Amino acid sequence: MNWKRIYAIILRQIYLIRSTATRFIQIFIWIVVDITLWGFISKFLAGVSGSGFNFVAVFIGAVLLWDFSTQVMQGVTMLFFEDVWSRNFLNVFASPLRISEYVSGLVVVSIGRSILALVVMILLASLAFGFSMVVYGAFLALFVFILFLFGIALGLVGISIVLRWGPSAEWFIWPIPALLSPFVGVFYPLTVLPAWMQTVGWLLPPSYVFSGVRTLIEGGTLSVPALLGGLALAALYIVLAYLLFLWVYRRAIKTGLIARYSAETVV
Amino acid sequence: MERNILEVTSLSKNYGGTEAVKNISFAVRPREIVGLLGPNGAGKTTTIDMVLGVLKPTDGSILIGGRDVASDRSEALALTNFAAVYAQLPGNLTVYQNLKFFGLLYGVPHLERKMRDVMADFDIERFKNIKYGVLSSGEQTRVSLAKAMLNDPHLLLLDEPTASLDPSTAEIIRKKIRDHISGNTAGVLWTSHNMYEVTDVCDRVLFLSHGEILLEGDPKVLPRQYGKKNLEELFIAVTREPLIVESV
Repeated sequence: MNWKRIYAIILRQIYLIRSTATRFIQIFIWIVVDITLWGFISKFLAGVSGSGFNFVAVFIGAVLLWDFSTQVMQGVTMLFFEDVWSRNFLNVFASPLRISEYVSGLVVVSIGRSILALVVMILLASLAFGFSMVVYGAFLALFVFILFLFGIALGLVGISIVLRWGPSAEWFIWPIPALLSPFVGVFYPLTVLPAWMQTVGWLLPPSYVFSGVRTLIEGGTLSVPALLGGLALAALYIVLAYLLFLWVYRRAIKTGLIARYSAETVV
Repeated sequence: MERNILEVTSLSKNYGGTEAVKNISFAVRPREIVGLLGPNGAGKTTTIDMVLGVLKPTDGSILIGGRDVASDRSEALALTNFAAVYAQLPGNLTVYQNLKFFGLLYGVPHLERKMRDVMADFDIERFKNIKYGVLSSGEQTRVSLAKAMLNDPHLLLLDEPTASLDPSTAEIIRKKIRDHISGNTAGVLWTSHNMYEVTDVCDRVLFLSHGEILLEGDPKVLPRQYGKKNLEELFIAVTREPLIVESV
């Protein structure tokens, strides 16, 4: 690993974010919309139900954590797309940069971007809707870590798809979190799902996080082994996603796709 | 005896049944500029892509400064750099940002000083804070060449490096490249369709046609050997009637 080359990838993104407001605003716009929307929905439901159920803690907490995972994924994919949009593959991949360094750069940028988003979400949720993360206790760090790992794995799968099928596959990447959200039980327990969806759900690490979040809010005892199982699953997906990207990259080198990326496919 | 800067041995590339490059071998020696010539589709860019490590050969080996591109990719590519008309730098970064980004990727020591030097060499200091994408094509070419010189590469790959430049600037650039290799032990692999430029700048040329090296030699001597007035005539003859090479 060469830290200067990883720094180059990070620095390039800092230059780009600094140069245009759209890249900066894009980090916050959807999370602000989501928190605002679900904040008011939660307040409305709390008012009409009169049940005393803590809608704010359940819904805003869930949206906040899921949006965090989405931001992590987008942190990886957006940086890769910058190379796609500026047709920069040949310059980057004909340099001494190693794939592990390139991916490390993407991950570091994603960490910075997602932490920034998380802070804004927590501030907005607490100031506007009285949401507090205290209820999660020390488990919050584990929740965030699992979702971070899963977001990185999703990002790597996303960039593998775009590298394999070309820039036109980009449209397929953006809805991936939305496609997965019904399976991971962001707003409801997995038990409400049909059996086959539950099976898929338990294969996805965020399911363990959202199940844990609900247990804590309801005052139950969280299953630490189950949560650690989710963590192990997330770590496994990171490895598999990295191997997938490596395989797609090597294939692109073999077929010549890296050098002729705008053609989308060479075979 | 000095080691070759670039050593290509039995290199082949097969795209699903189509042989783009067929078992070619050549070398670039220290302080030598080698012209890689040939008609469109001859295999020049495929060869350069393989040397740059962005295309895996079907067979053969490529050594840059004794480092194998296949097994020591990062170390081998750290000894090289390139400029090509089809590999523009990111247009949304300024000249300074582009040079900084690529300087870090190539591990250039004393980067800020080196950036100042190459910007002065290629007369692009006044564009330092201007985005690459808004420069004219000639200015972009000079920035790409400055990027290619940042790490004082042992092997410099240039694909049509002066295509967008006016004759005066092109002459200055050719001189800078010649100065670069005479000042150290670097070598250059140069492709161009400008035969006058190739005759002027290259020490040796390789004619590539249908993925094979048809002939090789000094561009100032080679045309006479084949009964042609100049390199352009020889190029046209070789492209249209490759068999004349075998008959001579």
